[in-house]
Amino acid sequence: MIGFDPTEEQALIVETVSQFAQNEIRPVARECDESGKLPDSVLAQAHELGLVANALPESVGGGGERSAVLGALVTEELAWGDLAIALGILSPALVALPVAEFGTDAQRERLAHYAGESFVPGALALQEPRFGSDPFRPGCSAERDGNGFVLNGSKCQVPWMDGDDTVLVFATLDGRGEGFLVSRAADGLSAERERNLGIQALPTATLSLDGVRVDADARLGGDAGCDLSRIVTQGRVALAAAGLGVSRAAFEVARDYAKEREVFGVKVAQKQAIAFKLADMAIEIDAARLLAWEAAARLDAGQDALREATLAYDQVRRVALEVADGAVQVFGGHGYIRDYLPEMHLRNARGFASFEALALV
Amino acid sequence: MTISFEPTEASKAAREHYRKVAEEQMRPVSRKYDDEEHTLPKEWVDWFWQEGRHGGPRPTDGPGDGFIQVCIQAEELCWGDAGLYLRMPTPALGGSAVSAAGTAEQKKKFLSPFREKGGHPIWGAMAITEPQAGSDSAAIETTAELDGDEWVLNGTKIFCTAGEGASTVEGGFVVVWATVDKSAGRGGIKSFVVPAGTPGMELVGTEHKLGIRASDTATLRLENCRVPQDHLLGSSAVKKKDPSKTGDKGFKGAMATFDASRPIVAAMAVGVGRAALDFLLEELERQGVRVRYDAPPAEVTALERDVMEMEAELQAARLLTWRAAWMMNHGKPNNLEASMCKAKAGLAVTKITQKAVELLGPLGYSKKLMVEKWMRDAKINDIYEGTQQINQLIVARRILDYPSAMLR
Ligand SMILES: Cc1cc2nc3c(=O)[nH]c(=O)nc-3n(C[C@H](O)[C@H](O)[C@H](O)COP(=O)(O)OP(=O)(O)OC[C@H]3O[C@@H](n4cnc5c(N)ncnc54)[C@H](O)[C@@H]3O)c2cc1C
Repeated sequence: MIGFDPTEEQALIVETVSQFAQNEIRPVARECDESGKLPDSVLAQAHELGLVANALPESVGGGGERSAVLGALVTEELAWGDLAIALGILSPALVALPVAEFGTDAQRERLAHYAGESFVPGALALQEPRFGSDPFRPGCSAERDGNGFVLNGSKCQVPWMDGDDTVLVFATLDGRGEGFLVSRAADGLSAERERNLGIQALPTATLSLDGVRVDADARLGGDAGCDLSRIVTQGRVALAAAGLGVSRAAFEVARDYAKEREVFGVKVAQKQAIAFKLADMAIEIDAARLLAWEAAARLDAGQDALREATLAYDQVRRVALEVADGAVQVFGGHGYIRDYLPEMHLRNARGFASFEALALV
Repeated sequence: MTISFEPTEASKAAREHYRKVAEEQMRPVSRKYDDEEHTLPKEWVDWFWQEGRHGGPRPTDGPGDGFIQVCIQAEELCWGDAGLYLRMPTPALGGSAVSAAGTAEQKKKFLSPFREKGGHPIWGAMAITEPQAGSDSAAIETTAELDGDEWVLNGTKIFCTAGEGASTVEGGFVVVWATVDKSAGRGGIKSFVVPAGTPGMELVGTEHKLGIRASDTATLRLENCRVPQDHLLGSSAVKKKDPSKTGDKGFKGAMATFDASRPIVAAMAVGVGRAALDFLLEELERQGVRVRYDAPPAEVTALERDVMEMEAELQAARLLTWRAAWMMNHGKPNNLEASMCKAKAGLAVTKITQKAVELLGPLGYSKKLMVEKWMRDAKINDIYEGTQQINQLIVARRILDYPSAMLR
């Protein structure tokens, strides 16, 4: 049956997260961006909501209720509050969800760690700092060495918060992309803190892997490996949702400003040039959201959703940029000033052009 | 009369000269002053004052392209760094206002210090915008009252480019727009030269911005700020019905300075856009990616399409800019064409730089390269000197032949 409203239970969760985004995240977003730091107390509070733990298996203390649709709904709300903080809050999923889905029994034991009392961040390394980086074909290589592997290459846009010792690195093994659970302190691995156009509050790193040796049991899923395509699909749904959160935030801020500010004796919103721009934003955001939901619903139904997720993400990349740029424009000169949110939305929105698997559902 | 797009030798020489300045003096400190937002870019400012302003071909040297050469200069220097360009110690927009509406004495008094050898760097600025009046510049509330032989100014100005230097460094000046008669609407608006350091003009602060961070964008408070009577630019006559008939260079005259400044802003925009496009093309070459202009339609890659569109948009913006400047050279009214080039260039380079970040992927997003900075710098060109919407409005009025009362 076709339907467009969430279940009562989903609605309740969305409402809670929305309140959290409004009351806890939004007020500190600007300051976090300027200082380049995530708010520890907000991350801790968010952890108590159990958003990631809820999706983990019951056997490790999770809620056993993984749903891409719910993930998308929640991610949009958090990112509405602030993208960098949302990505920080959701980071445990970057390691926990792939391990839950593909991990060997031994690997799954570590999941309890992410569902525990305190917040544990996650780090996933897929994107690479080179022209034409391609998530399906990592340039980073894994070669068999005795009963382990040796990794070589570089990675970027890797969330790099203190509090965990593992990073899930994707590398090409026998022509396929595979995941490896690598100790952050491994010999040959070095991390350099990045500075980016946006998501400045989220610590991210560029990694160099220079002959990093891992044991055989570091390979995600053991000999069976993992399905990178599915991880990329999940990432695109999550990022589409996050992009929608940024878009909606930018749209709302612009709409409210346009209804407040006067030019030539009328409200800015009464100028058709602006009214139509706002109308376009609303149309595009809703359209893109439905694409993202459809992809998420397919994931939940166990269907392949690479095409749907990719189309959704492609739309969101464009929509987020256009909406955020439009919001700056609606604010006029004030949009260029860092006292107001639109310029930050613009910097964050542009990131979707290069983000891959920076969030997962 | 001929259609030609070939710059004169003088313009070519100017282009070479300013390209070198951009490469040698601006690029090396570009990232630094983006990071250190409110620090005076001393290397650049001092160099410009001691050497830069005296060197370089002048627009008037030989049979030249006149105003187009000014646009070429703006493009080259903003290819270097748009924020540093705006921080150059020059009379800037304040100078344009004085040149456009000032008497010979006023020009000499306020502009000649910028030509004197030695001394220290000084700045000029123009302050129109107020907290409640941006696009609608006729809605400004700053007042000017004649008291004896002095004008007394009261009000608050925001977003004044170079306003920190111009309001505080002895020798510079701010051209302040104020109304001498609120009931007269735009007819009551006049501009006044307020020398740096005049008591009653206070620098309240400077903005933190998305881009052009090397440029000081100031808030100024005027509180019983007194300037001599002859600091008014143009006539003091207020004509309520039709201000254009006063023969005055008040509001209309001030607006007319936009016909000259918009092509410069458009040229600045083109410079920033070109910086990003040049870099992208170089990077593609390094990657062995060649853009084919003769590929069969079904084989054109998405990347090729994007690059060709970026190239076409940039060149279209540049040619519209040169046309508007050329019209000025020939004394042709260019109000329509000035808004056309500004609207086109502001939007084109916003999109070009955003696209460049996208095409370069994570490298584009990283602060290790300059592309992300150019994206931040580019956006202002779609906002100041009339936003995209305001310039569209002007174009629309012109092509429809509607007065502002019919289309606003
Ligand atoms: C970095 C920077 C430097 C600047 N430098 C200077 C300077 O040196 N001197 C100076 O005086 N000012 C300067 N400005 C101010 C700049 O010119 C104004 O910000 C600009 O004119 C827009 O005004 P506003 O910000 O009040 O926007 P508003 O006028 O409030 O506009 C808000 C929105 O409404 C739209 N809008 C307005 N009127 C209409 C209409 N009639 N139809 C359709 N849409 C409309 C606008 O396009 C915009 O999208 C600067 C601004 C910045 C950010």
